[in-house]
Amino acid sequence: MNNKSGLILRHTPGVRANHWFVAIVFILATLSGLAFFHPAFFFLSSLFGGGPWAKVLHPFIGVILLAAFFMLASKEWQYNRVTDADRQWQKQALDIMLMRPVKMPDIGRYNLGQKYLFRTLLLMIAVLFLTGIVIWQPYFAPRFSIGLVRLAVVAHGVAGFVTITAIIVHIYAAYWTRGAIRGMTRGTVTAAWAKHHYPGWYKEMSRGSK
Amino acid sequence: MVQQSLNIERRSATTTPSPGVRHSVEVAKLIDISKCIGCKACQAACMEWNDIRDEVGTCKGVYDNPPDLSAGSWTVMRFSEVEAENGKLEWLIRKDGCMHCADPGCLKACPAPGAIIQHTNGIVDFQQENCTGCGYCITGCPFNIPRLSPKDHKAYKCTLCSDRIGAGLEPACAKTCPTGAIMFGSKKEMIIHAEGRIADLKERGYQNAGLYNPEGVGGTHVMYVLQHADKPELYSGLVKDPQISPLVVFWKGIAKPLMSYGLGVAVLTGIMHYVTVGPNETEEDETEK
Ligand code: HEM
Ligand code: SF4
Ligand code: SF4
Repeated sequence: MNNKSGLILRHTPGVRANHWFVAIVFILATLSGLAFFHPAFFFLSSLFGGGPWAKVLHPFIGVILLAAFFMLASKEWQYNRVTDADRQWQKQALDIMLMRPVKMPDIGRYNLGQKYLFRTLLLMIAVLFLTGIVIWQPYFAPRFSIGLVRLAVVAHGVAGFVTITAIIVHIYAAYWTRGAIRGMTRGTVTAAWAKHHYPGWYKEMSRGSK
Repeated sequence: MVQQSLNIERRSATTTPSPGVRHSVEVAKLIDISKCIGCKACQAACMEWNDIRDEVGTCKGVYDNPPDLSAGSWTVMRFSEVEAENGKLEWLIRKDGCMHCADPGCLKACPAPGAIIQHTNGIVDFQQENCTGCGYCITGCPFNIPRLSPKDHKAYKCTLCSDRIGAGLEPACAKTCPTGAIMFGSKKEMIIHAEGRIADLKERGYQNAGLYNPEGVGGTHVMYVLQHADKPELYSGLVKDPQISPLVVFWKGIAKPLMSYGLGVAVLTGIMHYVTVGPNETEEDETEK
């Protein structure tokens, strides 16, 4: 911790770049995918140059997302073990969300919600990739049985829904938790913020700097 | 192209009403398999009228040629040699192609507005200019009909000669068939005609002769007279009880609307949470406490 400014480094430049690259690619994958999901979203295909372009681009965007996401995930993997403090947090989750006064347990670098988000994305992006390959016309789909393609197309849509919903929650949580976004844009957070949201991590960081 | 002289019943991925003030009669093509001699004149007529030329393939040692439907072959004759009844050899030749379902799975699955339309006369027609090439129609079809062209990545299939019918002509295949095995007219007329043929076949000993107009897809606008209507599988795997796959029904009927609302609810919940609970701010002097 830099004691003078009271700022703590939360995300290294490498992780920040990776995160925002994933974010951009994710949004492109979502917008192009949603275009196929319901006619109400078909207009989104215009953002990509029309239906055929959206169709052509979406799977490639997905593959880029897969690569970038797994690169980020390999760096974040270590922080996602569930601890006793996390279990305590889970009991208080509703109070925290409704901002009732609670004593924050000694949670580490990430809270349980973030850990679950991470795991959900890990699983769902893998599912999206595997099912996406199966339904990818005209390259791969003709190699699979029609029954499998039908199953994959449904699973892809459901996994897409779960993933997009998870990201809506993620974006809102980051916005709601004032000071979190600067952690990912500028890289640092204030000591007060760290202590308030992640007391365990804060202790670890201040111990390290002493 | 959309035939403006034909009324439209429904269009893929479209939630507003389709143009439909004109009156039209439901049409049907009746293929009498007992009259077909397998000459493939209809296949040639289809190529000719629609100006499609498939790749020249190789002989597979059977009459089926080309061996399968493709973006350049919208109808193919499928030949099967079977012993349907007590060791009597029969050569069943089925003209395969789009059945023009009353409840078309292809149209239900298609995500592109107006890429598949169903005319009120029953014809299901692909509008390639609106097609994205996603192949969803293939998953929707219970008869394995639509094919993506490797050349332009658009889906193609039999149009029932909607352009000819719009101009008051019969389909090219029906016009060409030398034995009269392919007939065209109003669906009502065709059913009546089929009844006569079936009675005739029964008289000739085909006890199970019948009309193939499967209920599972709401009936079709291409119907077959079968000598063995109890065993349609004999005719190169004609589906006995075709239905849109339950997976596709779940995907388009339940998942699609429910999950679309779900996304809206998720966003709205966030906004409502913010305006009621407010942001989660940190007091900057907290560390000093
Ligand atoms: C990981 C690699 C991915 C691949 C290979 C892939 C492939 C595909 C393909 C082939 C389609 C059919 C339409 C088309 O051909 O463009 C599709 C549809 C779709 N994709 Fe992906 N995709 C991937 C990732 C994603 C991601 C990350 C999302 C969003 C979170 C997503 C959301 C969707 C949605 C919502 C649809 C429409 C599904 C429906 O119509 O029910 N996909 N995808
Ligand atoms: S490939 Fe089939 S489902 Fe996809 S847009 Fe074209 S007609 Fe519609
Ligand atoms: S047979 Fe297949 S392609 Fe033809 S209308 Fe029925 S579902 Fe569509």
